[in-house]
Amino acid sequence: MKYMLLMQFSAQQSGEVPPIGTWRPEELRAHIEFMQETNRKLIADGEFVDAQGLAGPETARIVRSHAGGAPLVTEGPFAETKEFLAGYWIVDCESDGRALELAAHVSAAPGPGGRPLNMPIEVRQVMSAPPVDGDHPDGES
Amino acid sequence: MLARRTGDFDLAEDAVQEALLAAARQWPEEGLPGNPRGWLLQVAGRRAVEAVRSEQARRQREVRAALREPAEPEPAGQDDSLTLFLLCCHPALTPASAVALTLRSVGGLTTAEIARAFLVPETTMGRRISRAKERIAATGARFAPPTAAELPERLDSVLRVLYLVFTEGYAASGGPALRRVELAEEAIRLARLLVRSLPGDAEAAGLLALMLLTEARGPARTGPAGELVPLDEQDRSRWDADRIAEGAALLTAAMRRGPVGPYQVQAAVAALHDEAPTAEATDWPQILALYGVLERLAPSPLVTLNRAVALAMTDGPAAGLALLDTLTGELKGHHHFHAVRGHLRERAGDVSGARHDYRTAAARTASTPERNYLLLRQARLG
Repeated sequence: MKYMLLMQFSAQQSGEVPPIGTWRPEELRAHIEFMQETNRKLIADGEFVDAQGLAGPETARIVRSHAGGAPLVTEGPFAETKEFLAGYWIVDCESDGRALELAAHVSAAPGPGGRPLNMPIEVRQVMSAPPVDGDHPDGES
Repeated sequence: MLARRTGDFDLAEDAVQEALLAAARQWPEEGLPGNPRGWLLQVAGRRAVEAVRSEQARRQREVRAALREPAEPEPAGQDDSLTLFLLCCHPALTPASAVALTLRSVGGLTTAEIARAFLVPETTMGRRISRAKERIAATGARFAPPTAAELPERLDSVLRVLYLVFTEGYAASGGPALRRVELAEEAIRLARLLVRSLPGDAEAAGLLALMLLTEARGPARTGPAGELVPLDEQDRSRWDADRIAEGAALLTAAMRRGPVGPYQVQAAVAALHDEAPTAEATDWPQILALYGVLERLAPSPLVTLNRAVALAMTDGPAAGLALLDTLTGELKGHHHFHAVRGHLRERAGDVSGARHDYRTAAARTASTPERNYLLLRQARLG
């Protein structure tokens, strides 16, 4: 079963996590190494499908089509957005429980002082294409 | 039938596609050949032989690389490889399509290999390539050399496409890895092929020299965890001395032939970096002069940005920052601009300004190793 783990980054994570621009070099390095090690392990375990980090929310734009006219483009950053998507993983794992376990692991990525960040990780199952051979064991069960 | 002859269905299919493309180009102009089916098979067969040959050459290269044997000169190029270059880099194509088509048709890479190099699904790359072929067919371009009047401009676009392949390999514009070695190597191989077809062209040689002189530093550019190591912190003993020597010799010969063009000037800058025994010993006054030449030959805000770096090294960071202030427009939103200004502000002692620039650059780059580098750089100032 495939799951998408969406890493939300909160600008004001209950005030206890300072923005990444204020971390110490060794804290940053530990965080980066944790993420690299996580991906290496997912690949080694045969669960990795895809992982992508997204460019900063400062570069985000929101586009809406606009009847008859040019589309409306709103430039970021969006003051009203308290959380933004920093990146995602797509994993292919045996069970729902395993997906939650992986999410808990990445949520605990180290932050300032080496303390776990406890980032909110949204877990969503990726819908599969309808089985073509009529004999597909996966499903909602 | 062809599949039987070549023993490779995909290869045969691709060869037939190439022949159909050739047919689409030639038949409207020259009329149907007497025996269209025989003609197609003959052309497809020839293409398949070329593809097999280049596949074999590739495998030999890979084996050689694995055994760390010195490279031999490539087998002699096909007579029509220049024509094929010019067709694949047709100005009617978008750069991304021209890149894909060149790698496929001239480079002999499989669609799957190209897709992997650009991190897109194979079907997507397949469509990109076939749409590029359709587009060329639609312009009515023929598999024939352009006129002497058209040639310089058409050649410019070939050089630009090869340079794009190279830069995408050398400094991947997005994704988790800093370099995609296979693309840079492929660009070098294609540039060699082009130089062989055009031995008298100084800019083609200049481009190959630029690639060799730049890629020579490749191994030292990434640390053990794939992190970016800036030029002044690289272990210069890990630079590839053979490539530096080859690039420098090519460049010297090209500059003697003239006229001097932008690729030769950039190669000259790369050579000055490569030949400096330490970062401190770099001949910055000469680099500054070369960027001045480049600014006249091919002015662009990116060139000015580079000149500001050189100026900061010769006249101090304040001079570099003053030149940056003259830049306007889109580049100011680009991560390169903020990264450069961050470095210059750091050297000028403006810690808070530098930190702000590094953070802005980190937020704007799409390369993960570059972002990590910039974040660490600003953290170090904290």
